[in-house]
Amino acid sequence: MENRLFDTTVQKLKYEVIKELIIAYDKGLDNGIFHDIPIKIMPGPHASLRCCVYKERAILQERLKLAMGGDKDNPNVVEVIDIACDECPVDGIFVTPACRGCISHRCIEACPKNAISIEDKHAVVDKSKCIECGKCTQACPYNAMILQKRPCVLSCKANAIKVNADKKAVIDVNKCVGCGACVYQCPFGAISDKSYILDALDIIKNSENNTKYKVYAIIAPAIVAQFNYARIEQVITGMHKLGFNQVVETALGADLTLNEEADEIKEKGTLTTSCCPSFVKYVQINFPDLFKYVSHTPSPMVMAGKLIKAMDPTAKVIFVGPCTSKKFEYKQDTAKDYIDCVISFEELQAFFDARGVDVSTLPDTYLDNASYYGRIFARSGGITEGVKALAAERGFEARPIAMSGLDECRKQLTLLKVRKSPYNFFEGMACDGGCVNGALCLHHGPKSLTDVNKYGEMAKEKTVDNSVKLYKMAVGEKDED
Amino acid sequence: MILSVCVGSSCHLKGSYDVIETFKRLIAERGLADKIELRACFCLNRCSDGVAVKADGNYILGVNGANAEQKFDDEILPLLG
Repeated sequence: MENRLFDTTVQKLKYEVIKELIIAYDKGLDNGIFHDIPIKIMPGPHASLRCCVYKERAILQERLKLAMGGDKDNPNVVEVIDIACDECPVDGIFVTPACRGCISHRCIEACPKNAISIEDKHAVVDKSKCIECGKCTQACPYNAMILQKRPCVLSCKANAIKVNADKKAVIDVNKCVGCGACVYQCPFGAISDKSYILDALDIIKNSENNTKYKVYAIIAPAIVAQFNYARIEQVITGMHKLGFNQVVETALGADLTLNEEADEIKEKGTLTTSCCPSFVKYVQINFPDLFKYVSHTPSPMVMAGKLIKAMDPTAKVIFVGPCTSKKFEYKQDTAKDYIDCVISFEELQAFFDARGVDVSTLPDTYLDNASYYGRIFARSGGITEGVKALAAERGFEARPIAMSGLDECRKQLTLLKVRKSPYNFFEGMACDGGCVNGALCLHHGPKSLTDVNKYGEMAKEKTVDNSVKLYKMAVGEKDED
Repeated sequence: MILSVCVGSSCHLKGSYDVIETFKRLIAERGLADKIELRACFCLNRCSDGVAVKADGNYILGVNGANAEQKFDDEILPLLG
């Protein structure tokens, strides 16, 4: 394993760029960074990843633009880096040895671009003409032609990625749900998320050491499966060193979301969750008839922000998570008053390293705000478990299903649409396995699930009751008891 | 008077919610609702002396579920003046 921190070199490159950007920010940003940072990361003279070092640097410049917020005119949180996509090595239509050299040549007839010819009796595809439409694969009676899809297209369960005439990946913003699957899956790192790290740095800097206002980080519960080289308590100490006045568990917001959703399902009868913004967008685009079932309860991120701002009205709240879609959620009307910025775990790691904070050497700072149920929101099935428990307590019927990944969501929502679903509560998460496998996690894997469960069990609060009481007190609602 | 009880992680583990419940009860029992506004806050930066409580500008430290009533009588009420 070459990379201690990441699954892939692509993640590491993105991290390097953000780390260098933060170092440059601390020295005072100027336009020279577009020249200096790529050279620092790819000093040359020989290329290590692409055809030449100049191309590597040109791509790094594009990564730097994304690290600085990306194209302001493009509302999407993920963008294609055209010049990085150019070299996508997948062949598209591939003629296998199953080609019998027949004489009917249905493949040629089917091809709309005249890209197929016969050489030595066998089909040959002219890659410069082929548009990978796949018509020949259907036409061949021997199934001898196969269409190898690009990893980005395969990864996109929202069917939002197309390949254009120049063979570059293009994201359809009207279909994209911002889940970030393509960001993690593209082997060339040609699709990447925008970073708002500069906004986060400004928020921290302008607080003047938390004297003008206090900066709160709310961390997603998936964090326990991250930073495996240190204890979570050390990570919290490290975050204080970066200038966060307080670090609070977003899972505390999850307790509040769960509490409200339990009441909502009791009232409405059928409900889907709303905590995953990519899932919500997926329903909106693909199942508009079912959108009425999507919970109106704010997401855990928003609830945590609301709670903090009720307790400290001048607070600035930065969400730290595994997720690309939180990067668009926080700009929506439902969230913008409560959340000031969103950064990822990858960006947090870059932040630590840019400031020379080695969290593994630091003492512990406690982290315990949320209940067991709030903490297990990080994995698929967590909300379902919580709803079941509250249903038993509050006397209503919950028949929940945990839908893990958009394929599973599509299946279950289709059944709901045709009124064939046995369920009345639908937990929807765009990422397979839930947030713990989010696109911007440092690493992914089965161990993450165990980490989340263990962390859940360690919570002092075993039910959501105290979190709910705290919220009511903060917003000035009276307790019922 | 604004009476703030820390609910940061460290104080939470030491029993912030017990302290809040006790204060709520005492404020109700003694009819102090118009004089004391009970609030929660994240971290008063007195983590090692939790549960930390702030009554206007004054810190009352080392509060817990068991001594909350006594601390309320001895250290908080006199501040009401």
